Amino acid sequence: MVELIDEKGLRMDGRRVDETRPIKIEVGVLKNADGSSYIEFGKNKIIVAVYGPKEVHPKHLALPDRSILRCRYHMAPFSTDTRKHPQPSRREIEISKVISEALEPALILEEYPRTVINVYLEVLQADGGSRCAGITASAVALADAGISMRDMVVACAVGKISGKVVLDLDDTEDKEGEADMPVAIMPNLNQTTLLQLDGILTPEEFEKAFEMAVNACRHIYEVQRKALIDKYFGEDEVGEE
Amino acid sequence: MTISRKYVTPGELIVEGDYKPINNIIRVDDKFYATKIGLAEIGRGGIRVIPLSGPYIPRVDDPVIGKIVDYSAFSWEVDINSCFFAYLPAQNVFGRDFSPDRESLSKKFSIGDLIYAKVIAYNRTRDPLLSISGPNLGRIPKGEILKINSAKIPRLIGKKGSMIKTIESATNCKLIIGQNGIILITGPHDGILLANRAIKMVESEAHLASLTNKVQNFLSESKEV
Repeated sequence: MVELIDEKGLRMDGRRVDETRPIKIEVGVLKNADGSSYIEFGKNKIIVAVYGPKEVHPKHLALPDRSILRCRYHMAPFSTDTRKHPQPSRREIEISKVISEALEPALILEEYPRTVINVYLEVLQADGGSRCAGITASAVALADAGISMRDMVVACAVGKISGKVVLDLDDTEDKEGEADMPVAIMPNLNQTTLLQLDGILTPEEFEKAFEMAVNACRHIYEVQRKALIDKYFGEDEVGEE
Repeated sequence: MTISRKYVTPGELIVEGDYKPINNIIRVDDKFYATKIGLAEIGRGGIRVIPLSGPYIPRVDDPVIGKIVDYSAFSWEVDINSCFFAYLPAQNVFGRDFSPDRESLSKKFSIGDLIYAKVIAYNRTRDPLLSISGPNLGRIPKGEILKINSAKIPRLIGKKGSMIKTIESATNCKLIIGQNGIILITGPHDGILLANRAIKMVESEAHLASLTNKVQNFLSESKEV
């Protein structure tokens, strides 16, 4: 059994229970995509490309009144310890669906009828919580593509290890721990777009965990916002009067 | 009331109160949020966000530069750098008495030709329709093509065309601007290169104030060298 929290209350990588891993977001990393971003969330490294809105192929999939959102979450063969077969696995197909459903409420798809918006997430290195990092990066890439959005989407996981509620689990904590709960929110509209729970939490633990996740999301939102502002406006943050 | 401006990202609260939303805004109760990254403007008319990125959505009467990608017996299909392909019906080129027996579409425009056209009809339910009847419209015989983000075209045109005039007079080139983000430059070789750099500068600094003066300085400096 691995000791996940030591006697000082610190986790294996030295973090406190309510601390996220360091986050870095870059905008516009791919020249040929309509919008793109790159995120480093601890050891997770994900690159996201957005193409569209564009014509739907095959054409019968197009909706007359709105755009469709297609997401593809894919892990590179070299992203994990043992080689991952490049073919989309059951898990990847499911995460693709979950990500697209987490992003959809934030997008104003009615503005682009009969079109498709494609989001490609390529996980270059994975270390637990890659779906959350993927959602966070996708929202930035969609904003970079200039697609109308009601709000940004930010995601962060919470979980339970060694009987304690902790923020942002890494791969070992996820595997050895008792529960894992990814949460995605729209920070300005105060709405939740993703809530999954793997494991068991008591109602009190859930309340506490959810609050921790929302607070972490708000912190990550500031990183997202800063990445976009830096790319589009350079240093001067205030704007002109 | 003066117009105040602010940099915003999607979902950012712009202002609370009783205002009229113009574009790229959503309203929740009496709060106004931006839906795109750009410059929020609060003025007498209402609130709007001038976007800094985004796809080109056609509007009626927009002049556009497009490329012929296909044709059928009755119309050409034109790529106008948007999420929709535009159609140029043969009737809008040959006249109302057009008959596919008499005229062949490939003789007028072939695949790969660039045209300067105008959007004459578009809405949510149909693809844009083009026309080439009007001054300067039709096939583009020569020149240099440059593509920028269509959201930055208003900046490139400037107030009452001031930016275009500045670039044109400094480079001795003629600029034809499509609202879809495609620009045609014709003129002397040196001028084209200079105009190219000036346009790229407008694109990268579109959010800054007094851009026309900056471009003017840049052009006069480059000329002296």
